[in-house]
Amino acid sequence: MSDQTAPQIDIVEKGMLARALDSDIFFSFRQSKIVMAAAVVTLIYFSMALFAPWIAPHNPFDLASLDLMDGLTPPAWEEDGVPQFLLGTDDQGRDLLSTIMYGSRISLAVGFASVAFAAILGITLGLISGYFGGFIDTVIMRIADIQLTFPSILIALLIDGTVSGLFPESRREDSAFWVLVLAIGLSFWVQYARTVRSSVLVEKEREYVQAAKLIGLKPLIIMFRHVLPNVLGPVLVIITINLALAVITEATLSFLGVGIPVTQPSLGTMIRIGQDFLFSGEWWITIFPGAALAILVLAVNLLGDWLRDALNPKLR
Amino acid sequence: MLAFMIRRIFQSIIVMIVVALISFLLFRFVGDPVNQMVGIETTPEQREALRVQLGLNDPVLTQFWRFIWGAAQFDFGISYQFKQSVAEMIGKRAPATLELSLMSAIFAMLVGIPMGVYTGLKRDSWLSKFFLTFSLVGISLPTFLIGILLIYVFAVQFQVLPSFGRGEVVQVGFWSTGLLTASGLKALILPSITLGLFQMTLIMRLVRSEMLEVMRTDYIKFARARGLSRKAVNFGHALKNTLVPVITITGLQLGSVIAFAIITETVFSWPGMGLLFLQSVQNVDIPIMAAYLMLIGFLFVVINLIVDLLYVAVDPRIRVTGLAQ
Repeated sequence: MSDQTAPQIDIVEKGMLARALDSDIFFSFRQSKIVMAAAVVTLIYFSMALFAPWIAPHNPFDLASLDLMDGLTPPAWEEDGVPQFLLGTDDQGRDLLSTIMYGSRISLAVGFASVAFAAILGITLGLISGYFGGFIDTVIMRIADIQLTFPSILIALLIDGTVSGLFPESRREDSAFWVLVLAIGLSFWVQYARTVRSSVLVEKEREYVQAAKLIGLKPLIIMFRHVLPNVLGPVLVIITINLALAVITEATLSFLGVGIPVTQPSLGTMIRIGQDFLFSGEWWITIFPGAALAILVLAVNLLGDWLRDALNPKLR
Repeated sequence: MLAFMIRRIFQSIIVMIVVALISFLLFRFVGDPVNQMVGIETTPEQREALRVQLGLNDPVLTQFWRFIWGAAQFDFGISYQFKQSVAEMIGKRAPATLELSLMSAIFAMLVGIPMGVYTGLKRDSWLSKFFLTFSLVGISLPTFLIGILLIYVFAVQFQVLPSFGRGEVVQVGFWSTGLLTASGLKALILPSITLGLFQMTLIMRLVRSEMLEVMRTDYIKFARARGLSRKAVNFGHALKNTLVPVITITGLQLGSVIAFAIITETVFSWPGMGLLFLQSVQNVDIPIMAAYLMLIGFLFVVINLIVDLLYVAVDPRIRVTGLAQ
């Protein structure tokens, strides 16, 4: 008797961590060295962004500590470089390494906030659209169709231009962050809405939804407590891939001069500043932030690709 | 067939009206047009007179109709910042953008299709793997970064290509072209590559997967069995059948190429419509923004419509479902 029950107990007593380490997803994770490297790189970026105020050698946003005399110092290993500024400085005398750390912080913050905004908006509209159907479904999906015909960067630019037009000139710098989040979020919601809607159309015919209806639950509760958890799988993949896209879009908008202002530069703003100095030989102002951006995007993209394949049962 | 076409055209018109409505709302309600046009010393009476003269006191629907009617005749009003006719400004800059987009599309096809064929036929060669990795990196890098890298290598380090502007242009009627001078052609190289790189990787991957699919089919096996030369099978039979989707995708992408030209034009200070639009966003110059939106919207709708109608003409299966709906 005890022989038969022993293995069962074993399974139950395995902790959450052990079960996670035993899962298919983790197995496919360990299979690929590239994916593991991408995960490590992403983790480094996240911790860099989180702890920038504590680990960065200088505070690039503190105007008092900046000295114009330090401006345009080359990286430490070049001639004229000083060990104090490992990757050199920009024209304002900001230490590039610290600015990259703070810059990734802003880039990732905008990325996360706009993806969260897009996901919440898109999921809600997708749930409503799929669950209720009819006229409201047609309206939401037509808007989505129209928006989908335009590239998202164009929509983000338009929203950014319009919304900052509504703010008075003096307030524009403070509002820049939230205007960006709004612009990028509004240009990304369609994908979530479409994905969630199509999953909801399948799920709402299932027995558990019928049962929930039968016991008299309100549509809102059925939608968010019962249907939503079952349609979240594909959404997770979109979130990962969209994070990379959102970081790119933020960098592009900042590079174009309509994003984060120069006083608190994000990666895109730094590349924009550095472009003017490319010809006078100060290549490091552009190249280091550019490399930082490229590596971040590549790592997140690789993770997204892996997650898509790992969660796709057809590929197992 | 006819019903499908009529319904499709009807849909396009609705999309266009929505785009026009958004443009109009922007134009009319973001910032006060009168405030933007007059100086500080203008009296309230003069402002009121200008309001009446511009018809801003008319019912909104009348104004909307006037806006659409004006847009249909390429009249988008006067730029707040430059005090010039918006249509004229856009018209002057359109050739630069269109030439750039055309060249980048040609570049994307000329390089992307051979690369796709090669990676499709020789899946396991190291060159194919290199192409595929390269294309993944190409997709991950933002457009403006690619442009800056190209400038750094070819304009700063080797100093062989110009990094900004169109070079010398020749005026052919109303069209200013850079295709007829050596410096104009040289100036086109880096921007076209920057703009076309993403489409190139897209075309390459598309051709590759289509080739892999086609090579498995029976008619290719039969062609081989007939003893046709490898060249005739690969290019005459296989490639020909992969080109239909390639042309469709390239056509559909043409609109995004023109929209993405905004970024490339900024990197290379290219005097096109995209740069004009970007400046108008920075200066909240609403008439230019509205006009550009209308123009791009029109372009997208027309391209989508043409592609759809061509598909109906080519593929009989769509014709049937079109009738059934």
